[in-house]
Amino acid sequence: MTTSARDVGVAEPELAALPAPRRGPEFLYFARRNVKLLIGVSIVGLMLLLAIIGPFLVPGDPNAYVGPSAEAPSSAYWFGTTTFGQDVFAQFVHGLRNTFLVGALAGGIAAAIGMVVGFTAGYRGGVVDEGLSAFTNVILVIPTLAVMLIVAAYLTVRGVVVEALLIGFTSWPWAARAIRAQTFSLTAREFVDVARLSGMPSRRIIFREIAPNMSSYLFMTFILLFGGAVLIAATLDFIGLGPTQGTSLGLMMNNAVLWSALQLGVWWWFVPPGLGIMAIVGGLYIMNVGLDEVFNPKLRET
Amino acid sequence: MLKLDRVSKVYKVGAFGGTELHAVGEASFEVLPGQIVALIGESGSGKSTIGRMILRLSPITSGTITFEGVDITTFRRRGLKEYYRRVQGVFQDPFSSFNPIFKVDRAFATVRGEFFPETSRAEFGGKLAAALESVALNPRDVLGKYPHQLSGGQLQRLLVARALLLDIRCLVADEIISMLDASTRVDVLNLLGDLRSRGLGIVFITHDLSLGHYISDQTVILRGGVVVEMGPTERVFAHPQHEYTRMLLASVPQLHARWGSADDHVVASP
Amino acid sequence: MALRVEDLRVYYRSLSGDVKALDGVSFAVADGEIMGVAGESGCGKSTLGKSLIRLDTRMRYVAGRVDLDAAELPIWDDGRMNPYRYKAVSIVPQYAMSALNPTRRVGRMVAELLQSRGIRPKTVMPELERRLDLVGLSNDVLRRYPIELSGGMKQRTVMVISTLLNPSLLIADEITSALDVSSQRAVAEMLVGFRDREFVKSMIVITHDLAILYQMADSILVMYAGKLAEKAPAEAIITAPRHPYTRLLISSLPEVGVRYTDRKLSGIAGKPPALLDPPVGCRFRDRCPLASAKCLEEPPFVEVEPGHHVACWEA
Repeated sequence: MTTSARDVGVAEPELAALPAPRRGPEFLYFARRNVKLLIGVSIVGLMLLLAIIGPFLVPGDPNAYVGPSAEAPSSAYWFGTTTFGQDVFAQFVHGLRNTFLVGALAGGIAAAIGMVVGFTAGYRGGVVDEGLSAFTNVILVIPTLAVMLIVAAYLTVRGVVVEALLIGFTSWPWAARAIRAQTFSLTAREFVDVARLSGMPSRRIIFREIAPNMSSYLFMTFILLFGGAVLIAATLDFIGLGPTQGTSLGLMMNNAVLWSALQLGVWWWFVPPGLGIMAIVGGLYIMNVGLDEVFNPKLRET
Repeated sequence: MLKLDRVSKVYKVGAFGGTELHAVGEASFEVLPGQIVALIGESGSGKSTIGRMILRLSPITSGTITFEGVDITTFRRRGLKEYYRRVQGVFQDPFSSFNPIFKVDRAFATVRGEFFPETSRAEFGGKLAAALESVALNPRDVLGKYPHQLSGGQLQRLLVARALLLDIRCLVADEIISMLDASTRVDVLNLLGDLRSRGLGIVFITHDLSLGHYISDQTVILRGGVVVEMGPTERVFAHPQHEYTRMLLASVPQLHARWGSADDHVVASP
Repeated sequence: MALRVEDLRVYYRSLSGDVKALDGVSFAVADGEIMGVAGESGCGKSTLGKSLIRLDTRMRYVAGRVDLDAAELPIWDDGRMNPYRYKAVSIVPQYAMSALNPTRRVGRMVAELLQSRGIRPKTVMPELERRLDLVGLSNDVLRRYPIELSGGMKQRTVMVISTLLNPSLLIADEITSALDVSSQRAVAEMLVGFRDREFVKSMIVITHDLAILYQMADSILVMYAGKLAEKAPAEAIITAPRHPYTRLLISSLPEVGVRYTDRKLSGIAGKPPALLDPPVGCRFRDRCPLASAKCLEEPPFVEVEPGHHVACWEA
């Protein structure tokens, strides 16, 4: 039957050429065209570039007293100087680097804990889920501020790492809940049953079957955790609970307020760090919305 | 070979697990080699739950399921793996049964990694080709492809081929036909008939009485988790004893008689 | 009055081009006729149903003319179709029973629906209650939330609501597929009852289940890959089909009551062609046992017997 039909038939389109939702090329196609994603990536990329190469442009201690006090932005000092004669631009780029470090570290810790708790609760369900959810809810209501105050009382010298650890250990709950919900729905899919019937142990099923399926979701979760960590770190620094050494954007704003920069008209001291924080966090959130549209076909505007 | 003895499944639902939901109540039946047993019921009848309990995907609340004389709840890691060498399952949604982001080959690679770690790639390739041939699939058509590039029928056959790689004695087929197109259903059903003639025992779970009548030797009718009627298929369909069975048979749309005509509940003889 | 469709073409836009889901179909449905549309996935039956009421924004109307009650239906224009929807043409879409708003009581949802169509709910409430009673549902249903109703009850409720304004044409898309066997018969018989009581003038019932069409439809239209294969009275389609696809399809159905041990049924090998770039000529060519060089030219959909149309050179 097929031979006679094939003899007279016109070549059928190859299966591979059919319009199929292939992940690679389709993702890039939409990624390139999504305005929000492009804007977000540009902003964050620019800041990241500054954070990386900036400190090489202005080496040395950013808190050193190098110039005349309270001088407006000029060709010598691009962002001007503080009331103590510190180079605002130097502080800015070093602070930017610290901000990114804290964000990445805290975000990474929170993501890791969130994944472990979320996957386990979502996959196992039942008593394990109830226990982990209760634990998550407890952590959720602990205020980071209160914890930091207590820590600050005990540790007189604090570094970036401690701050990152603290933020990381207190901001994972919402990520755990989000991951748990996604894991629930994926675990109900039949390919998980098939994997169990293949004798795969649970841990391997989670990391080799379920997690790859939600890779875009995990990526977006990390971006949000990163942005959130930056914001929390800036807030903590602003009220003086941040690292005792070095500099960061929040710390710059703290000092600016402390030394009455607004009243003195030294706007170039607090405007750059403020805009910097806004740009990073805002850029990350815009990027996230754009990514959501790229990954989820239903959200795309046709 | 596979025996269920007063098997029950009770779910605890509601706040603090206060309410009890009886999904399956004291079901007992047996599957012999070279036999297809159809579990027929509507939604909520517990038929899929029984399938899952047989496959150890859901724990049994009470009763025993024995395979070749051994209680299956006694199996731990290694024993369970040995059980899965003998008993496998195929499910309803072929597109959900494969991980959509990987090629279909991965399902076979997983089987090789878990069950045949010592086998060389070439030898396994030979086994795979033989399994694909027995489900009437051409390796070149299906290997190296993503699930969305293949049809439902091809995917279901791939799942059966995966089960056959393991030299199974019993297959649990849970609504494997319902998501396939009419013109391919019968071919996959006939495949089950071939497996039966090779000595496999098959638990065929379905809501479609016509399919059960076509392929099975024994029929078990379930309602609300309880077995209401059981027996050789021809007898259950020709002389239904239970009122529920009669109602079901009367509601099935058939192609040789209209509803309300004199012989609409009687199945045509060949 | 009657429905007449002439050379209807509806395509779907996609990244790689147009998917020719409905590629030139012409048929007529008489007053009081229940026509079943059968076919497998991708044949275009759902597209046909949705295009007659223009419900899906991804569809692109390309060509063709649809007349209902001797007046043309503006199916290419979303806005102009609005006055016809629910009043002249009504649809029970697939998964309708799962699409009931879970946060609204049924009665409130119906009132909102009527208001959105510019009708005062109070004027039709008595009729609604009478019809619910007719199909065996108590008026209590209006005070319940969807989750409190069973699948069969929800489907019957949806059907009563869809036919409340006595539309000329009702399109029922896979209304029995998600139901249990015991509810299927009740719902199918209910639909025929609606036609008998003239709540609806004509009906198009879309489903993949030929057996249920045999029970309830007057005529059956078989579609394949976006085109029509055969249209005939239900009895003729089942007992004396003329298109090779229909013949093979019917002989592959276990509903005839045959057993494997007596006679092995066989399906149709292969799969339907992709509609992005459909093959030239008859689309069933590749899977057809009767195919020949003649089939490179598309066969027209002609009447070979009174009331029996087939698109095949060999019929």
